[in-house]
Amino acid sequence: MSGSCGRIPPPFPDNEDQEAESDTRVLDSDEDDDDDDEGEDIFTGARSNPITPTSAPDEGDIFSEEGSYIRSDVHHATNGLHSDEEELDLFTEATVELTLTNTTSQGRREITGPTASACNTTQVPNSILKPSIVTKTTEELEEEESGDQFELNIAVTNPEKIGDGMNAYMSYKVSTQTTLPMFLNKTFSVRRRFSDFLGLYEKISAKHSLLGCIIPPPPQKSVVGMTKVKVGKEDSSSAEFVEKRRAALERYLQRVVAHPSLLQDPDVREFLERDELLRAVNTQTLSGPGLLKMINRASDAVNKMTIKMNESDNWFESKLQEVENEEQLLRRLHAAVDSLVNHRKELCSNTAVFSKSVAMLGSVEENSALSRALSQLAEVEDKMEQLHQQQAFNDFFILAELLADYIRLLGAVRCCFEQRMKVWQRLQEAQSTLQKKREAEAKLLWANKPEKLQQAKDDINEVKLSTANDKHNTWESKVSQYERDFERVTCTVRKEVLRFEKEKARDFKQHIVKYLESLLHTQHRLVKCWEAFLPEAKAIA
Amino acid sequence: QAAWSSEGFGSHWVRSVSVDLNNDASLVIDIPDALCERDKVKFTVHTKTTLSSFQKPEFSVPRQHEEFIWLHDTIVETEEYAGLIIPPAPPKPDFEGPREKMHKLGEGESSMTKEEYAKMKQELEAEYLAVFKKTVQVHEVFLQRFSSHPIFRKDRNFQIFLEYDQDLSVRRKNAKEMFGGFFKNMVKSADEVLISGVKEVDEFFEQEKTFLLDYSSKIKDATAKAEKMTRSHKNVADDYNHISGALNSTAADNNTAFKKHLEKYAEVFEKLRKLEDRVASDQELKLTELLRYYTRDIQAAKDLLYRRARALADNENSNKALDKARLKGKDIAQAEENQKQCLQKFDKLSESGKKELTSFKARRVVAFRKNLIEMTELEIKHAKVRRLKCCVYHYMFTRQCSGSHGKPGNLREF
Repeated sequence: MSGSCGRIPPPFPDNEDQEAESDTRVLDSDEDDDDDDEGEDIFTGARSNPITPTSAPDEGDIFSEEGSYIRSDVHHATNGLHSDEEELDLFTEATVELTLTNTTSQGRREITGPTASACNTTQVPNSILKPSIVTKTTEELEEEESGDQFELNIAVTNPEKIGDGMNAYMSYKVSTQTTLPMFLNKTFSVRRRFSDFLGLYEKISAKHSLLGCIIPPPPQKSVVGMTKVKVGKEDSSSAEFVEKRRAALERYLQRVVAHPSLLQDPDVREFLERDELLRAVNTQTLSGPGLLKMINRASDAVNKMTIKMNESDNWFESKLQEVENEEQLLRRLHAAVDSLVNHRKELCSNTAVFSKSVAMLGSVEENSALSRALSQLAEVEDKMEQLHQQQAFNDFFILAELLADYIRLLGAVRCCFEQRMKVWQRLQEAQSTLQKKREAEAKLLWANKPEKLQQAKDDINEVKLSTANDKHNTWESKVSQYERDFERVTCTVRKEVLRFEKEKARDFKQHIVKYLESLLHTQHRLVKCWEAFLPEAKAIA
Repeated sequence: QAAWSSEGFGSHWVRSVSVDLNNDASLVIDIPDALCERDKVKFTVHTKTTLSSFQKPEFSVPRQHEEFIWLHDTIVETEEYAGLIIPPAPPKPDFEGPREKMHKLGEGESSMTKEEYAKMKQELEAEYLAVFKKTVQVHEVFLQRFSSHPIFRKDRNFQIFLEYDQDLSVRRKNAKEMFGGFFKNMVKSADEVLISGVKEVDEFFEQEKTFLLDYSSKIKDATAKAEKMTRSHKNVADDYNHISGALNSTAADNNTAFKKHLEKYAEVFEKLRKLEDRVASDQELKLTELLRYYTRDIQAAKDLLYRRARALADNENSNKALDKARLKGKDIAQAEENQKQCLQKFDKLSESGKKELTSFKARRVVAFRKNLIEMTELEIKHAKVRRLKCCVYHYMFTRQCSGSHGKPGNLREF
């Protein structure tokens, strides 16, 4: 590895907005012309601030090494000491170095959970970029008051088909790597099946949703997809389905453990650690359509509420509206990205077909140099097809799945609001009951019937059937309990929403960054392909 | 109805498909201007010449597509040009694609934001413009093929086309009636004539026949596949546009930080769209258009072979007729004359045809070379720009991550 590994360019001090502006301005300046020099302007703009290199913090972060190549090279480029050509070469270098890291990190893949190697038997391209939980959790914790440094990485890998026929199921390896003291080991793995994940959701939901937490929804069940797998269809679509499922399960778990209170939940710990789990039953209700129905019923309930909440500030009302608007937006985006994926796949097959056609043309061409060039062109188009396929894969897994996840997460947020409504409703009911009883007492006082008065007083202080959770046994104490509950839920929901929004912004940014990386990679390969072809074209005589 | 002027198209639009045109200053033709009204395109054909056969040294006439077709058909039917490759007729200007899209856009206007609508409209207008530019180019090249050919440039009808400042429609009608049927007949039996194989005496033409028949079907196929591929590119660009539009469409009163992020992402996708679009149009121009053009040119070469094959058949028949006449002892002189003429015609066709086909080969190879090089260079440039832009955006976004750890831990995946 080059010596630049581990060095990370620092954030520009206080100039973030200004920086962004200058970058954008410069990016816009190259609009409609095809000049070759449009690249360097970007760096002219960015050179306005001095860059002071810092040494990389050594965090025991297993990804720190590999993460910073391109950044340090870009760093060099902005020093303004290099010519334009060199700048472009640096990028070439940067991306070449990026390819090198792939091979050296193979050894690490065991821990982080190789997604590629597990799926090598399938047609699915290998370059899926996994979401890394490390950045999430370390950044997250920086914002938390506790400030404890901890690390937890989860990977879901090695899908294996167990059994045959209609009773078959896929088993996934869930690997955890952690420094958290609450776990028995530092690295461990277990095998889980899809219904186990649904069971986990059920347990978490039962406990935490009442508190106003946003519970990450599990991946959706798919009868069609699973049937194909069960029946043993070994084609690319079922391989794609398994990969889709595996990635979704991984994201699901990562979201669960990213939630500070869920992480503390013993059920979550058990899920990650325990060798054998009790089979979760009755997960039908939690299948895709079932869950969606539940969520939709929740929002309907909120809308149908006859007694409108009297909000002290309309934070909740406007927030809910925001959530609903955002959900609409994400649906629209998802449809557009879906279209992108499909068109990209079409482009892929059209390119393949074209490639063959060009090869045929080359074979009948009588001029030998042109004939050779045409067959080379056919090969280039073939490589393009592969690149398009890879890009379609990335379009799907990086963008489409992100959007699909967040559409469902926003649904979970709505559920969360609904929970708060329920708590408020309970409070209202208790308050109105208390009110009625007080009125009854007052009436009796006025009617001057002492025996009945005593009865009424007793009523208010009535001993209720105590449940396990019901410590207080009077209506008054009940009301005050519910008031406290409501305040607590309100506070929790507020915190949860803010946490969610931060996470969402981070998540989206991470994914856009990943998408850009995937494009970067593809474009680099493209350049190489065409550069190799150019001499062939020039050799035509 | 819109009027686009083709001024300032830039040299890369012109003469990219065919080469070595307009090199001779004695007769220079171009189409500097064109007007699009409803379905009709009016091309301004501008001529500059030092030849005395023309009345003026510089002049312009307006011409419509049908008049170009008249010129083509007239030349085809001229007996003395039977041994030449007749430059293929330019295809009819076809605005159907963008027009349909514009119609659809109008219908869907209510379902999208103002900005998105404006952007899509702008794009469609660019598409119109691209179709327009292409049709101008194709008509221009057609004329330049004539002007740069030693024999065609002297053709009287060609001159009339360039000079006659009235509408040629009168002649056009007659031409259509006269030549339409004949032409159709030719095309119909063409393949039969060639394939049924009047015995070929000349090795060169035998090879040419085999080559052209095979090549013709393959290049037609390649053209169709290239068109599909280019269309897919455009679809991807359109999708990026929709994504960008959706990202920009958050409610005006929503001032969250997330919204600001989304707008930034919208910018990324907008840039991606532009680049994808450029790739698509460059590919269309350099590759698809090249293939399209030579599909037509190959057909013109095949037509030459058909005419020669006909002449060969005529020659054989005249020989047979002469033998018969000699046998019968009747009309010998007439048969001898006929046979002499047929032989002459056939020899002339063969000689001229050989020259034409040889130079056609060379022309084709040069054109392919030029366009493949240009296409490759453009692809490289676009890919480099895209790579660079991705790099920059990537840097921008990761630098702005919270905390000092803005590192993208996922680069290891490469």
